[in-house]
Amino acid sequence: MSLLELKHVSKIYGDLHALDDVSMKVDTGEWVAIMGPSGSGKSTMMNIIGCMDKPSLGEVLLDGVDISKESSKNLTDIRRDKIGLIFQQFHLINYLTALENVMVAQYYHSMPDEKEAMEALARVGLADRAKHLPSQLSGGEQQRVCIARALINYPEIILADEPTGNLDEANENIVLDVFRQLHRDGSTLIVVTHDPEVAEVAGRTVVLRNGRLTEEIINENFEQQMAEFAKGAK
Amino acid sequence: MTKRKMYFRMITTSLMRRRSRMLVALLAIAVGATILSGLVTIYYDVPRQMGAQFRNYGANMILLPASSDTPLNEDTLDRALTHISESKLVGVAPYRYENVTINELPVRVAATDMEGAKKTSPYWQVSGEWPSKPGEVMVGKNKASGMAFRVGDTLEIVYTPETESDDPQVIADSRIRKTFTVSGILDTGGSEEDYFFIPLEDIEELTGVKGVYDVAELSISATQTELTSMSDAIRTNVPEVSARAVKRVAQSETTVLTKLQALVFLVTVVVLLLTMICVATTMMAVATERRKEIALRKALGASNRNIIREFMGEGLLLGGIGGIIGSGLGFAFAQIVSMKVFNSSIEFQPLILPATIIISVIVTGLACLLPVRSATEVEPAIVLKGE
Ligand SMILES: Nc1ncnc2c1ncn2[C@@H]1O[C@H](COP(=O)(O)OP(=O)(O)O)[C@@H](O)[C@H]1O
Ligand SMILES: [Mg+2]
Repeated sequence: MSLLELKHVSKIYGDLHALDDVSMKVDTGEWVAIMGPSGSGKSTMMNIIGCMDKPSLGEVLLDGVDISKESSKNLTDIRRDKIGLIFQQFHLINYLTALENVMVAQYYHSMPDEKEAMEALARVGLADRAKHLPSQLSGGEQQRVCIARALINYPEIILADEPTGNLDEANENIVLDVFRQLHRDGSTLIVVTHDPEVAEVAGRTVVLRNGRLTEEIINENFEQQMAEFAKGAK
Repeated sequence: MTKRKMYFRMITTSLMRRRSRMLVALLAIAVGATILSGLVTIYYDVPRQMGAQFRNYGANMILLPASSDTPLNEDTLDRALTHISESKLVGVAPYRYENVTINELPVRVAATDMEGAKKTSPYWQVSGEWPSKPGEVMVGKNKASGMAFRVGDTLEIVYTPETESDDPQVIADSRIRKTFTVSGILDTGGSEEDYFFIPLEDIEELTGVKGVYDVAELSISATQTELTSMSDAIRTNVPEVSARAVKRVAQSETTVLTKLQALVFLVTVVVLLLTMICVATTMMAVATERRKEIALRKALGASNRNIIREFMGEGLLLGGIGGIIGSGLGFAFAQIVSMKVFNSSIEFQPLILPATIIISVIVTGLACLLPVRSATEVEPAIVLKGE
């Protein structure tokens, strides 16, 4: 059984099919990129997978459970327990420190744990920035805080919508390295992007056009890339 | 760290690190609370003060001649006073009114025993001094401003005795003049401001008539029933004198106080409403401003209940702080008003402190209801939108 399965999912706004009969599967530990031009339905798909929206038609199975017809209260619970979200705009709470931003996710999930939150920041290389406010951090650093927050509750899926859209190349590479590290540690990653360079490093890329899944590209060099990363990381 | 500690850290840092916006709301609450506690303090304290001031003073009986044939005089007055126990008699002020001219203008002088008048009219405000010896005059405020008299000025009072003659020369020759020094200006807010007050000795000197009065005002420390029996005793035993119990200033003032209190109450309600509107507007703006943050919290798994608790927590904390500031400032405000208007310091009402804080918290809570509602309606999906 796949961790996530979309079966004939459509999202319809009036006459507009933002998503049109999309079916796909994601297995545990996979790293999947969703690519497509602006307006192709990527965010719509993310919202549905991330339990923030419901499809008009079709089924979404998460851990074998159909979440397409859950109440919004149940969706909140499922999202809190199973999904880690990473945003293009980072969406850090501007009056809380990096550490506190990570702890907010723990607060809603279970219990704030400063030590564990520090470890998560250390994992993304930000241990020394823990007491900084978002305004005192660079874009790349803010995105890494956002990643630390997404993974703090051990989600089954980490969803990232255009995670590098607001970053320069150097910071983009830092974030991609963090993704490689997460993948190596077994996380399931779904990354939405319109940037081919970001899609290329994933294990598999699905392409959306006008709400339809038009193409699926397997990254032949993925194993090799990960091996190189493992070497570099040592 | 516990959940509760994290909760308090979130709501306090939100207030502390996002100062400018919150300061507006805090200011509104603090001003509202200041006026609330100030007015309520005055509301409770002023009647108490005024009552205390007036309770034992002021004229509450007047003696008049029973008929125009026998004027009130030293003899009848003394006999009437024997029916009032000495221990209860606070003061007696016999008055005699005469028409005179000053600077060719006809005016009325009221001659009285100044020491007695001080006791029967304790609320008269005199700038300068009461006349303390013959030759001094206290001028009513209206006349002082109309005729441009100031403390220290001298003026001449001219008395024209009644005469049979029509001859202007005879009349002019009969006039009696005396020079006075203005010792004080009288401010009562009543008709007394149109009179010139001089000692009895002076009117006796000017007119040559002694020991007659038009009216005597008495201040007696007694209940209304005691007063009635005293006036009855005077009427039976001294038929030349008509004694009448009159309402004390304090008693007629009661209605004024009730109206004053109603006014204060009304103003308080209006101020609370305005505070509420201001806080509601600010919190509404805060909710709109923070839609992204609320959406983010929801995306992280916050339930509506979490959002309500955090938003309300911030609001109530603000209400509490505003209430504490306001209750302190309110007492100072009441104190200043009391010193300026009533010339006495206010008594600290310990209950008003917690009451103000609680009311501020409640008012802020009510003001936050609508903004909180709009906060719970935020959709988490909007955090993914908005490029
Ligand atoms: N709430 C909505 N109401 C109407 N149309 C929407 C709504 N959300 C998205 N759309 C439309 O659906 C299409 C896909 O949007 P989106 O998923 O945001 O695209 P992408 O993220 O790939 O740029 C767009 O044409 C967009 O205008
Ligand atoms: Mg998008």
